[in-house]
Amino acid sequence: MNILEDYKNLWVYIEVVDGKAKSVGLELLNPGRRLATINNEKLIAVVIGNDVYDIAKIAIAYGADEVILVEGLEYKEYSTDGYANVLEKLVAKYKPSTLLIGATNNGRDVAPRLSCRIKTGLTADCTGIDIDEESGNVAWTRPAFGGNLMATILCPNTRPQIGTVRPGVFKKIEPDFTREAKISREKIHTPKEEIRTKLIECIKETSGELVNLEEAKIIVSGGRGLGKAENFSLIREFAEVLGASVGSSRAAVDAGWISHINQVGQTGKTVQPKIYIACGISGAVQHLAGMNSSDIIIAINKDEDAPIFNVANYGIVGNLFEVLPVLIEEFKKIKNDK
Amino acid sequence: MLNRLNKYLGGKKMGYILNEEQNSLVDMVEKFMTNEVKPHVAEFDITGEFPKELYKKAFELGLHCIDIPEEFGGGGVDYLTAAAIYEEIGKVDAGFATGLCATSLALKPVLIAGTPEQKKLFSDIIIPGAFGAFCLTEPDAGSDAGSIRTTAVRDGDEYIINGGKCFITNGGVSDVYVVFASTDKSKGLKGLTAFIVERSRAGITVGKEENKMGIRLSNTSEVIFEDVRIPVTNLLGKEGDGFKIAMKTLDLSRPFVGVIAVGIAQRAIDESIKYSKERITFGKPIAKFQAIQFMLADMDIETEAARQMVVHAIQLILANKPYSREAAIAKCLAGDVAVKVALDAIQILGGYGYSRDYPVEKLLRDAKIFQIFEGTNQIQRVIIAGQLLK
Amino acid sequence: MNILVCVKQVPDTTEIKIDPITNTLIRAGVPSIVNPFDAYALDLAVRIKETNGGLITVLSMGPEQAKAALKECLSVGADKAILVSDRAFGGSDTLATSYILSTTIKAIENKTEKFDLILCGKQAIDGDTGQVGPEIAEHLGYAQVTYAEDITVDGKIVRVTRENDDRHEIIETQIPAVITVIKTAYEPKYATIRSKMAANRVQIPTMTSGDLDIDLERAGLKGSPTKVKKTFTPQLKKSGIIIKGETGSESALKLISLLSDARLI
Repeated sequence: MNILEDYKNLWVYIEVVDGKAKSVGLELLNPGRRLATINNEKLIAVVIGNDVYDIAKIAIAYGADEVILVEGLEYKEYSTDGYANVLEKLVAKYKPSTLLIGATNNGRDVAPRLSCRIKTGLTADCTGIDIDEESGNVAWTRPAFGGNLMATILCPNTRPQIGTVRPGVFKKIEPDFTREAKISREKIHTPKEEIRTKLIECIKETSGELVNLEEAKIIVSGGRGLGKAENFSLIREFAEVLGASVGSSRAAVDAGWISHINQVGQTGKTVQPKIYIACGISGAVQHLAGMNSSDIIIAINKDEDAPIFNVANYGIVGNLFEVLPVLIEEFKKIKNDK
Repeated sequence: MLNRLNKYLGGKKMGYILNEEQNSLVDMVEKFMTNEVKPHVAEFDITGEFPKELYKKAFELGLHCIDIPEEFGGGGVDYLTAAAIYEEIGKVDAGFATGLCATSLALKPVLIAGTPEQKKLFSDIIIPGAFGAFCLTEPDAGSDAGSIRTTAVRDGDEYIINGGKCFITNGGVSDVYVVFASTDKSKGLKGLTAFIVERSRAGITVGKEENKMGIRLSNTSEVIFEDVRIPVTNLLGKEGDGFKIAMKTLDLSRPFVGVIAVGIAQRAIDESIKYSKERITFGKPIAKFQAIQFMLADMDIETEAARQMVVHAIQLILANKPYSREAAIAKCLAGDVAVKVALDAIQILGGYGYSRDYPVEKLLRDAKIFQIFEGTNQIQRVIIAGQLLK
Repeated sequence: MNILVCVKQVPDTTEIKIDPITNTLIRAGVPSIVNPFDAYALDLAVRIKETNGGLITVLSMGPEQAKAALKECLSVGADKAILVSDRAFGGSDTLATSYILSTTIKAIENKTEKFDLILCGKQAIDGDTGQVGPEIAEHLGYAQVTYAEDITVDGKIVRVTRENDDRHEIIETQIPAVITVIKTAYEPKYATIRSKMAANRVQIPTMTSGDLDIDLERAGLKGSPTKVKKTFTPQLKKSGIIIKGETGSESALKLISLLSDARLI
């Protein structure tokens, strides 16, 4: 039986990939700090992996009051069984009130496994986290119906309250690498037989282009208005000049013009660049849900009624095949002048 | 946002009052035609090459045998739903619709006068994925079926067929023909007889393929029969039944031919609406001008009226009531409307309407044949007057 | 191979609009469809069946009208369809939903064979949580692989091509397993006229709580640890500077001068 008062402290799961901390975990220390302070709780980072002590230190630099570190060869690669087991055991031992997990593919893989195992509530893909004044519970705000509707969710009767949060929704705080804090090592072993999935091969995108959309500062995105796959070369050229990542609307992915990995939107990636340039994208709600938090949105579309113009800071109603080449030339000149 | 609302409402037209299941069939065909066929139509229209692969995909869906009864392995789709389906196909390409519908045209004599074994014979050829062709027309016998010169002479337990047919839809691509030949010249129309002739029979040559103005995604060819021997069991009905069978077939097909023309007209309207919302002249989209609005309204009035004549004719057929007059009206009106509405669409698109880069000039080229084949619109008027003056 | 595909009937969220006056969703007239990711999952199941043989069952938890979605599935290759529906299930969040579906799966398996694979779409496009699949895996105690783009089965070995953020992985696991599916590279299979008509005629059985070995305290609102406090429509930013009525190159140059004025360049 969960007694709510027994659960204290706000945990942030720091996902590790290729031996490095994924940005999203560090980003979550930001809202984590805010909420922990409101509730007078400690902000604790959880790091799982093999040979990841350094990451614990990075978590402290980004705001964690404490780190729980679980290391083991079996955790070198992510596995549902391994990581769910670790998190389950940790939660049972320490009883955190809240757990934040980055909504990466692996985050969204382990979170529901865990929440179901410990029979608590999980709110997915949050774009806002606050404390509900009335009840003191965490208020998770998230999009539904393809981004057409926002819902605020509470988990009033069970603990911990768990939420996954998309990369780029929150910004990392300025790190302080002089900061020190306690790093507790927990020994949790998951026997090999209990890990039922095996990573056979890992294939990275070889197209050479920057696909790390979630951490990109500038994104140039193409949509149905491009007309055909070949025209993505215009987008790629513009992105290269700007040092930007290439994104896409769902329409272009569905048409087979570009990989799903580049898709921005409700069923793709959420991005928060400084500048988002949408070319030939109408701005369906599902797409906006993925890029609406960009600092500056620039849109080019031949339809002046396109909904993208409702969120754009700057917009051009015109033919992108005429506009883009000129933009590319001008930016090349500016680059050369520098 | 408004565009999306319009698109959605457009999808739920009430021209055919169908139930959910029937609508799901029509929606499926619409999706297939839009995704798989539409992107390739312009290219085949220009080259005139027969779109074999596209038809193959249509076969996989079962679009070639929706009218074959279920007991013989066909879709057994009811007439009203079938009409809605042919309209959807016609909207994307009237030639493609004609190619598929022409197999149904060949099927009808078999359904009207055939024995169960003959129905099975025909179905077994078509269902795996094949075309059929209805062979009535000859160089000297178009509207005047009595002038047919192809002969069928009885020889023991076979008939020998000699003659040449022309303007045969699917003539060059069919695996089975339904051929109308004279078994007794002296009896004129009453000497005409209908036969099933498999393509595999010796003596059949496909002659010239027509280089047509429109409906270029369908094959129209000469078919020549030289001492083609078929078993007596391929005779449909009795000797001398041929003319009656042909007329009943054409009567029954008329609404479906008409509905393809309705598809052309509807497409013309849809393209005109799209263009008039986008084209800016004198500072606003031309859709805002009443001249265009009135043209669109008139196009819609005529098209819906033609569609409803098709629906009415089908309802009479389903109610087992006489329907020759209504079927003739439907076919005649639809053909005339398709031509007029296509002309209007070209006018609305102006200079671009005249260009091969835009889809509307093709609609006029496709529409014209619907005033000519399956009984010219003059013959339709003869039929209608005949009913009036009975 | 015995495959179960969990399917949800959802409103087509690309067609949903907001009432500008009440600021609520207009649901009337929005077509209901098979959740697109579930359709991809079913398509993969059909491909596995083509190679390995077997039977595909589709299961949905929902109201009576969800049978239309199940029929759609039957017309593209599912062999059997089952609806599980009960008033007591109303208001279920993902934990309760996955619990109900798992008890239903166990009840079905009691009567027929055990399922080798359970496939789900990665998320429903209305709820957008992506949680039910992994939770079903947890309730059943099965291995799970999420974000699958392709699946092959060889005997007891299951190979999954998985999308993982910016890369692809090949993951191996064994039957029985739960796999959630994203958009695959395959062309969707069309129904045929005959299969659609045949599917339309099928009588789909409905299971209710009475057919299940279920603790109703864990279903519906009672069994849902998450509660919706409120819903609202997202506010869009004010629109900014729109350049129109100029040529392509004039617009481009104007944009650049605006951006440089704002010191963004």
